[in-house]
Amino acid sequence: MSKKNPLTEKPLDYMLFKAKREKQFITGSEAVREAVRRANIDIAISYPITPQSETMHLVGDLFAEGYVPEYFRGENEFAVMSQVAGAAMAGARVFTATCGPGTMRAFEVFPMWSGSRLPVVCSFMTRGINAPLTIQPDTIEMAFLLETGMIMLHCETARDIYDFNLAAFIIAEEKDVHIPVGVFMDGFFVTHTRELVDIITEDVCLPKYNPQAAPVPTIDMETPPARLMRDPFVMKSNFVSYVAHASWQQEVRAAAARSKKHIKKYLGELIEIENPAAPTIIVASGTAVSQAREAIKLAKEENIDVGLIKVKVVRPFPKDEIVAALSKAKKIIIPEFNIAGWLAKEVAAVLPDNGRIVATPRVYGGMTMPPEILLEDIKQAVRKQTQ
Amino acid sequence: MPQYKVLPGPEGYLPPPAALMGVELPEEGKALVEGETVSESDAVQKIARKILAAKNPTIFPGPLVLWAWSETACKKAQLVRELAAEAGMKIIPMPDYRPKYPMINPAVEINPNHPNLTIWHNKIDVCVFIGVHCHYANVALKIIRGGTDCYTIALCGEYGHEDAMITLRDVTVAKLEALLAVVRETKRKL
Repeated sequence: MSKKNPLTEKPLDYMLFKAKREKQFITGSEAVREAVRRANIDIAISYPITPQSETMHLVGDLFAEGYVPEYFRGENEFAVMSQVAGAAMAGARVFTATCGPGTMRAFEVFPMWSGSRLPVVCSFMTRGINAPLTIQPDTIEMAFLLETGMIMLHCETARDIYDFNLAAFIIAEEKDVHIPVGVFMDGFFVTHTRELVDIITEDVCLPKYNPQAAPVPTIDMETPPARLMRDPFVMKSNFVSYVAHASWQQEVRAAAARSKKHIKKYLGELIEIENPAAPTIIVASGTAVSQAREAIKLAKEENIDVGLIKVKVVRPFPKDEIVAALSKAKKIIIPEFNIAGWLAKEVAAVLPDNGRIVATPRVYGGMTMPPEILLEDIKQAVRKQTQ
Repeated sequence: MPQYKVLPGPEGYLPPPAALMGVELPEEGKALVEGETVSESDAVQKIARKILAAKNPTIFPGPLVLWAWSETACKKAQLVRELAAEAGMKIIPMPDYRPKYPMINPAVEINPNHPNLTIWHNKIDVCVFIGVHCHYANVALKIIRGGTDCYTIALCGEYGHEDAMITLRDVTVAKLEALLAVVRETKRKL
């Protein structure tokens, strides 16, 4: 029998901006647990994979403590993501997490979540997916997820992890959005390291999810006919079917576009800009932002002026914001923790004059990104700029 | 970039969703007319004029009005009938969202996945959506704009629809009654 959640419901703006907080020295995984504790979820479903396992273990503790009414382990990641879909279709607020090869194993289900307009929140503790097997940090899985239709938030710090995960539920459930939100955090670098995080100390949690206000019917007996999947017109080969599919996909993208105003309301601008007048600007997301901050300090010691754009939201991609922020930059450096360079490609695709981009340094397979190598790339870019 | 206008089609093979062309849903108390934010009262006046001037105006009530087991749904359904009678509108229901195979009977129902079939068959020049879940309304409104010249109006219980030519948001029983009163008044003046 489910225990009653002991917390009092409060709106998200109260939770994020007004509730009392105190600093706790916790890991990123523990920050997820603290966000989920106050998210008033109905069910969490887990399957272990490093470095995510600890997070869903901690969410299991929340079940034991009475903060999560239902919790079980699925058979594998594909099963978990499908079970998550079933719970969300039935009108439950659901949380899960995975990473790396688990993400790839479950992949088919992610665009199904979006297409079915399911407000699932999933944390991804990103890691490598290559053979030979690696469990080390790498953001390559994000490259694959870019066109699944989900909203993608990328955390730099444990504080981001806490706030983004909490806000993700409300953003996902907005009536004009109602698509999944993936909250991405660089495995180990931020999930398994400790930092001071402002944690809500009041006994408060988010309001319950109201599936009756959703843009699609829930699978219950109050809204006949109950549908086990959203309208299987897939098998028909005719224009009517094609245009319905195309319009359906467009509507998922439109939903993501509508999420911008809600993200701005709860999490601030989609990008954060520091020193925008600098001739050289680093554009980064996740923990590459932290490395960039260190490199900028080193550059300052050598009288090199470097600005920073932290990309918090990868989908919907903040095209207008990035183009405006980089309008005067002479050189744009984009450091990444993956071999694909997906962020550099995204920025290059929207900039009118993208020859300014220096898509380095790029490290992967678990390699760290010492600020010194980033500084070398900054110096090289500045040299080319002055030649 | 010039402001995107949400106008009757046929707009083309696959028109973009208005939300991706910069059209934003109205704030509380506001409405959209052809992609522009206007006051709710202006939009209500325009709806009244549009349906009264139409040759074959039609209301498409969806499951939230047809089937929802609530007092509000019953009252809304009654008001839909009154509005149809007052404005000389046809009622064609959208009873559910399943695509109909091998072919829908467009004389008696409309479906969000191929709404153009019903509009073409009945030569509908102005239509009003009410009680349709937002996702299905958005899909249908865009298909209608792409392939027909029908003028679309969406009376939404939630945040409204960018792809409709006119949309009201947060449509309650009271707002429907107000719309009905404006239709009566406009008709009297004609």
